[in-house]
Amino acid sequence: MSLRASTSQTIGPYLRIGLEWMVIEDLAPQGVGGERARIEGRVVDGDGKPVNDAAIEIWQANSHGRYASPPDTQDKPLERAFRGYGRSLTDDSGAFRFRTIKPGRVPGPQGTAQAPHLVVTVFMRGLLKQLLTRMYFPDDPANADDPVLALVPPERRSTLIATKRDGMLEWNVVLQGKSETVFFDF
Amino acid sequence: MKPIAPYRRPYWNTQPDYLFPKYASTVKRAPIQPLVVLPHTLSEVTAPVFGYDDIKPADSDLTRQHEGEPLGERIVVSGRVLDENGKPVPNILIEIWQANAAGRYNHRVDQHDAPIDPNFTGAGRTLTDNEGRYRFMTIRPGEYPWRNHYNAWRPAHIHFSLFGPAIVTRLITQMYFPGDPLLEYDPMFTCVADEKARQRLVSLFDWETTIPEYALGYRFDIVLRGRDETPMEKRR
Repeated sequence: MSLRASTSQTIGPYLRIGLEWMVIEDLAPQGVGGERARIEGRVVDGDGKPVNDAAIEIWQANSHGRYASPPDTQDKPLERAFRGYGRSLTDDSGAFRFRTIKPGRVPGPQGTAQAPHLVVTVFMRGLLKQLLTRMYFPDDPANADDPVLALVPPERRSTLIATKRDGMLEWNVVLQGKSETVFFDF
Repeated sequence: MKPIAPYRRPYWNTQPDYLFPKYASTVKRAPIQPLVVLPHTLSEVTAPVFGYDDIKPADSDLTRQHEGEPLGERIVVSGRVLDENGKPVPNILIEIWQANAAGRYNHRVDQHDAPIDPNFTGAGRTLTDNEGRYRFMTIRPGEYPWRNHYNAWRPAHIHFSLFGPAIVTRLITQMYFPGDPLLEYDPMFTCVADEKARQRLVSLFDWETTIPEYALGYRFDIVLRGRDETPMEKRR
């Protein structure tokens, strides 16, 4: 039997009604292992204007590099208190925020290891389907041989790597223009 | 870990492009630079798991979230979630949201001159069962105007958000109603060229789930991406 996947439709401007109940900006309660990370950023459109109606979702492994998801059968510890999923809805300045831990390395294609990263899904009015991107961590030597970063033209890689500022990580989602974020065909 | 079987790429003309000028908001929000083709690694084929600790059973009845009954026509919306291989997708979170019977959202941005219903928030959620089935009780949403083009009206619709087993199966879509005359004028509905794909966004009247003297039933089946099960060497 072969079916075709349902057509994606925009999340529209009223996403808050349906999605606000499960905003998760703090992914890692006390006791969850790993290096703490505070992430803040803004979503801006092709005119540089803030996008105040976006939903940003993140998905990540725990500090051991294991996803809390059945297809991940690696022999690494799971942590009950860490689901690895976050959801933030942008405010009037286009800002989103997360408090989490830096994930460990997970396997990549052909026996490679991926650098620590968050998978980031972006929904908003004006997107008929979600955007998929990634956030990597600054100054991590593993970035140099990450198999996915290697697929990105070198001059655009910096759009996927957060920058350190005032003890937190800043990472923005730029929809269009010279510093447009790299988005993936997934 | 065994090699990862990737999910199928979208079938031709069944998924929208990012830039679709008939839907004006895409013009400043669609990416312009080429997308980078992403292999499906462990990061893409995994997804968060939700369970009965996350929701309450009453969350699937949008007509009983307040003191009084909402205005409008009660409906049962139910169906199955399958993957492209025809397998049911069990135990996944579905979130829905919608306008009230008068076509007004309970949201500060919605300034349409139609009444807010104090007995209707318009949000629900549920988990699919072991056979991928789900069911909501709600009211039929109204049509409403928007500013995309002159005299633009959205057909009646319910927003659906689904997770599925993988990040790449995450889907947000909209369910429409059969026979709605606004569909052919709606740039969301017409955003893909494939007529069958459009028709799959339209629910079917369902006599089986209609409750006598209480609520009409509509059936809306949803298909999430499935893994590519055809081995490479046999694909000719």
